[in-house]
Parts: sequence; C-alpha cells; structure tokens
Amino acid sequence: MQQEISGSAVISLLVDNESGALARIVELFSGRGYNIQSLTVAPVDENQTTSRVNVVTTGTPSAIRQIRAQIARVVPVSRVVDLTAEGPYVAREMALVKVVSSGEPRTEALRIAQAFRARAVDTTASSFVFELTGSTEKLDSFIELMRPLGLAEVSRTGVASICRGPQTIQSI
Amino acid sequence: MPPVPFPGREDDMTLQAASAPSDARNTPALSGAEVLMRALAEQGVEVIFGYPGGAVLPIYDALFKQNQIRHVLVRHEQAAVHAAEAYARSTGKVGVVLVTSGPGATNAVTGLLDAMMDSIPLVCLSGQVPTSLIGYDAFQEADTTGITRPVTKYNYLVRKPEDLAPTVHEAFAIARSGRPGPVLIDLPKNITVGDAPYMDAKEIAPRTERTQAKPDKDAVARAVKAMKNAKRPLFYTGGGIINSGPQASEALRKLVKMTGFPITSTLMGLGAYPGTDSQFLGMLGMHGTYEANLATHDCDVLIALGSRFDDRVTGRVDAFSPTSFKIHADIDPAQINKIIHVDEAIIGDVGETIAMMIEEWEKEPAYTHQAELAEWWSRIDAWRALDCLRFTQDQAPDAVIKPQQAIRRIYELARETGRDTYVSTEVGQHQMWAAQFFQFDHPNRWLTSGGLGTMGYGLPAAVGAQIAHPDALVMDIAGEASTLMNIQELGTIAQYRLPVKIFIINNHYMGMVRQWQELLHGSRYSESYSDALPDFVKLAESFHGTGMRVTQLSQLDDTIRQALAHNGPVIVDICVAEGENCFPMIPSGAAHNEMILGPEQGESGAKITKEGQMLV
Repeated sequence: MQQEISGSAVISLLVDNESGALARIVELFSGRGYNIQSLTVAPVDENQTTSRVNVVTTGTPSAIRQIRAQIARVVPVSRVVDLTAEGPYVAREMALVKVVSSGEPRTEALRIAQAFRARAVDTTASSFVFELTGSTEKLDSFIELMRPLGLAEVSRTGVASICRGPQTIQSI
Repeated sequence: MPPVPFPGREDDMTLQAASAPSDARNTPALSGAEVLMRALAEQGVEVIFGYPGGAVLPIYDALFKQNQIRHVLVRHEQAAVHAAEAYARSTGKVGVVLVTSGPGATNAVTGLLDAMMDSIPLVCLSGQVPTSLIGYDAFQEADTTGITRPVTKYNYLVRKPEDLAPTVHEAFAIARSGRPGPVLIDLPKNITVGDAPYMDAKEIAPRTERTQAKPDKDAVARAVKAMKNAKRPLFYTGGGIINSGPQASEALRKLVKMTGFPITSTLMGLGAYPGTDSQFLGMLGMHGTYEANLATHDCDVLIALGSRFDDRVTGRVDAFSPTSFKIHADIDPAQINKIIHVDEAIIGDVGETIAMMIEEWEKEPAYTHQAELAEWWSRIDAWRALDCLRFTQDQAPDAVIKPQQAIRRIYELARETGRDTYVSTEVGQHQMWAAQFFQFDHPNRWLTSGGLGTMGYGLPAAVGAQIAHPDALVMDIAGEASTLMNIQELGTIAQYRLPVKIFIINNHYMGMVRQWQELLHGSRYSESYSDALPDFVKLAESFHGTGMRVTQLSQLDDTIRQALAHNGPVIVDICVAEGENCFPMIPSGAAHNEMILGPEQGESGAKITKEGQMLV
C-alpha cells in the first residue's frame, strides 16, 4: 500500500435531536482513536428535531473515509458529508478575545482589531472584548497578534461549515 | 421435567385479559411492564434469558401473569447474554435478555460486546431506578446507557410511557437489520409500573440502518467478470453468510459447485459450506490450515463474502494475499477498505449478492480457464498432502491422550449418533482444535466467541442452544480454565434438565496462554497453570448431573459414547497431555506463507519478531 498523506477534513452530519446523540458521535471518535480538532452542534430545523454537527478531524484519506462510514452506522445519524471531499465549502468560526492592557499596547490592539474587522463588544478602561468571525486561520493570526498586547482570555465556537452554491447537505 | 411447551402464539388476547386490573375491566389501560410483554410477544419472542432484581420486579410480575413467553433463569447476567446469543445464532431469531439495574446491567456488558463483535441480534432489557432518582446515586443505579453505548449497536433510556412500545419495536428492527447486533433498552421502574399506551409494530416507522443498500448490479457484474478471468481463485467466506440466513448458505453451495473454485472460511463462517466437501480447504487464519493459508497468499482473485479481514485472518496486513484482485461483499459499508484495500466492493445482503453472482455466472461468456484452475487445484492438493492437522497419538492403552485425539473422537463419535448436533466452545486451544476437527454440514450449528474471544462463553451458550433445540445433541467443547468462568450455569442446566454434554479438555493450563508463553516468552509460564482445580466429577454430581473422567486412551471412546448416550447433563473431564501446542500457527506479525507447523510437519515457519510480540 502506498503512503497516504494525512490532512484535515470538515465533516458535517445531521442527527436526530435526542439525548445521547452527541455522546455517540464523540465516543465513536475517542473509541476508535480518531482526532477531533473542533466540534460544533446545534439544532437546525424549525421543530428542533434535527441537529447539525460539524467536526474538523485529521487523517489520511482512507482514515477519513472510514470515519465517515463509521459515523453513518450510528442510528440517529441521517446524513454524513465530508465537505472537504465534496467540493468548495465555507467554514467559519467566531471568537471572543479579551485583551487587558493600557497605553500603547491598548491602542495597538484596537488598531489591529479594526484591520481585522473585529468588533469591540465590551469595553472598559483597561480591557476590550473583541468579537471576530472568520476562518480558523484568520482567528489564529488575530489571537497571535493580540498575545503581546495583553491577551487575557479566548473563547472560540469551533467551525460551522456549509457547502458553496445551491447544493445542500441533503442534496450533495 | 421436559421443557415447558409454548402455547399457541395466535392467542394474543389472553395476555391483555389476564393483565387487566380487576377493578378497571372496561379500561384497556396496561402497565408499562404489560405493554412490554405484549410488544415482545408481537415481536415473536418465545424465550427470555434473565435474572430478577429490584428494578425489574414489575416486569417479572407481568411475566408471571402471562403464559406466552417463557423465562429461563440463569445464574449470572453475563451468562444470560451468552445463552441468548447462542439461541439467536442457532435459530436466526433475536435473542432476548432481561437484567436488573446496576450490577445486573454491568454484568451483561461483556456479553453485549461479544454479540456486537460477532454480529448477533439481541435485545437486552435492563431495569433502571425511577426517572426521579436518576442522577442521585440511588441504590443499584448505573449510567447503563452510558456504559453500554460502545458495546451496543444502539441503546435507549425510556423516559416517557408513550415511548415504550415504539422503542421495543424499533429495538427489534435495529437488532435484526443490516449488520445485526445487540440493542439495549433501559427501563426506569416508574415506566414499567405506571400505565403506558400500546402501539402495534406496524404503527411505527423504525429508523433501521440508513446505509442499507441493495447489492449493486454493475458491481456484481464486474466482480463476476474478474471471477471468470481468475486462474487461481479462492472464496473466503465469513459469519455474514450465517447471518444472512440458510438461503445464503444454499446459494453459496450452488455458486461454489458451479464455479469449481476452492473455498475457505473464517471461524465465524464454519458450517455455511459443508466441511466435508472436497472443495473446502478448512479454516484460514492464525490457526487455519496450511492449504487454506497458502491458497489465500497465492490466489489471483479473492472473493470475500460476509467476512471482515479480521487480524486473526489477515496476519501481517501488508503481506496479506499480495497479488490478488480482491472482491469484498458485505452488508456493512464500514468494513470495506477498513483493513485491506479491495478492488471491487459490493455492499448489501451477502445472500442476495451470491444469488446475483450465480445469475451473472450463468451468462455468456463462460469460464474458460479450466486448465489453469486444474493446475491451481493440483498445487492446493500438494499443500493438502502435508496433512497439517496430523498428530501422532501413542496407541498404548494407558497412553496419555492428546487433546487433538480427544476432540477428533468427540467429533467422530457425535457424528456416528446421526443426531442434529450443536457445538459451543469456550476460548483457547480447544476452541481452535474444535474449529479444525469439527466438520459442519449445516449453518447455525457452531457457536463460538470469535471477535471478543470471551472465556466462559461455551457453557451458557450450550444452555441457549439446548433451550432452542430441546431434542438436539448440544455439546460444549471446553477447557478447564475457561469453563470455570461461568461454571455457575451448571445450576441452570440442572434446573431445566438440559441434557448438555460438557467435554472438558483438561490440560491443567490456560493452554493458549501457555502456548504463547512457550513460543514468545521463553517458556516462562507466568500464572497460566490451572492450580487447585475442582474435582469436575464431583462438581457435576453436586449440580445433579453426571460426571465422568478419562485419564488414558483406552477409556476415551467408551466414555465419550456413554456421555453421548446419557439422557441428562454430563461433564466429561478428559485429562490430556499438558504440553501440546495448536498448529499450524501464523505467529503475530507474520505472513500466511510463514506458518509455524507442528512437529509432525517439520516445525518450519517464521521467527517471532519484536514487532510481532507487541501484537495480540
């Protein structure tokens, strides 16, 4: 067998919104030794009966196919899509970033936040909380820039993802 | 006391009438426990294997008040699950288990995982503390759905009375659909005590496996095209054929006959194809036959049907059947390319796949490689000539019995009785020898713990098989160490007068552990000696059965015959040579063509590497 290169994949699934459904998915990953980089989950239909789970994971292409097949066996899962494999998709997350500083670093933090189109959602004389939405890479680099400027706390949502164009998770 | 016959199942109304409270004759209200009984009856359940306790008292009360479903009282919850597994495996029905909360449920865990690994359809009902006490560390409370999530195909905690009947119906649908497996329903006591509405199975739409597919016609056509181009083909079949039903075994026999190809089987698939047929090469894998393993290594087209390339089958993965075009038919898409990359995958019921293959094979052009196939067969026959299972038994009357001799004679003498025979095993050397020497003509007769390798499986499995087939010959081929793990089931055997024959191949060692210690750990027999064994004859007698002991060759055949002819339960303690190893053996980390052979065949084979030592 030729060597395969490990990569990142964004897997989206629809599950029946029932108790234990998320635990089933998460335990499948831990039990089979798969990695979870990020996980988001929320109900997405009007009756709150279906939740969408987005998982960012890493592995070789055959490992990712195996993960998909294993998830598809879980009874409450009605749909599994590897967005990375299906074509262009959008993946976004949100971060709340608290910076505590004064003087020049405080001014610099605000300036960088403006360049990143981050919003200050809480402001005190000594602190900001910035809200920033974007790709994982964008959030990473914003946080790195804030680190020497008084970065005090970070809260991130994890990735929400959707395929581009008129197609949906149901139609792919 | 003969087994209690079941009343006719058509008499469904008796259940409701009997269970209606006397002060409310006009209201059809049923308790949750009564709804449960009714749903089980509608699902065709005839037997439950279980053990009562506080949280399931209402269910046992409802059981008491009806006469459609029979309960078999085991002596440990793990045994209930194994008995239900054997019941399911030997009948094709869903096995049903009933255990109490807390320790009752946790004791069932090993059995549930065993069923999960071997794809056995089960429904396990567990009691739970009332919903108002869940999360308060109540007496005998356990997070049963949490604990059993990874060992079941699916599980439920029933929180609302209206969910009860639909849950039971869906649980059965999930257990038997797709790749079968165990499903657990956790039943809080307030749900079984309180009223609950009934709902027929046809009123609900179960979420059975959404990945289920019909075998793709084009994939079958491509597979059969590859088969028609094959010069060195091999069928490699597994437990999926047994799960698919007897018609799959029938179809397999037809396909194998019409192609003339050789066939090998996994441990779980034994019986799907007749073991006595000349096209059958025996089992493959770690303790498979020389011819089966070399054929697997050298074949040019490998047709995997309902088998999953388990590590006990493949040996070293990168050396597994290196030059073959691989076809894999399985109902579970997650098995495709999991361990071995295959060239043609067919997802769907393997019985349907085989039937489609037969149809396709009959189409033009016909198979033209008869000459090459004959050449392939002559190579296989040369491997066969090595007679890899041959052993030398000293024929002196007082000679020590070899374990292989004991197992072969049990097989031959059981066959002479002409009775329909079900064989369970424990786990270890005796299990592998039984797999090597027993030749099954029919599916569903071989009951063994393959995937999980659960010591203590065989005795309760024999209980389940004998309950399902009261008139059949049921035998447990056991080791002295394994069988002690569920020896309490002698109580169940006594209570129901099950005429189970337990043959203990007693070598005073955990034989397979001893074998690995000899081969991999410099003969340092760390903790593998079976010390302080009970007197199995007296043990049998203390459980109201018959005990026999054999210590020398001259007694062997007569004792086996006597045991088989006896109409009650028998334990035969067969004291065998202590140091025998089970061969052939593919050591961990080695390839199929690096088998270790026995002393009779020249003891060649691979050296065990450090990497191999790290594997299980």
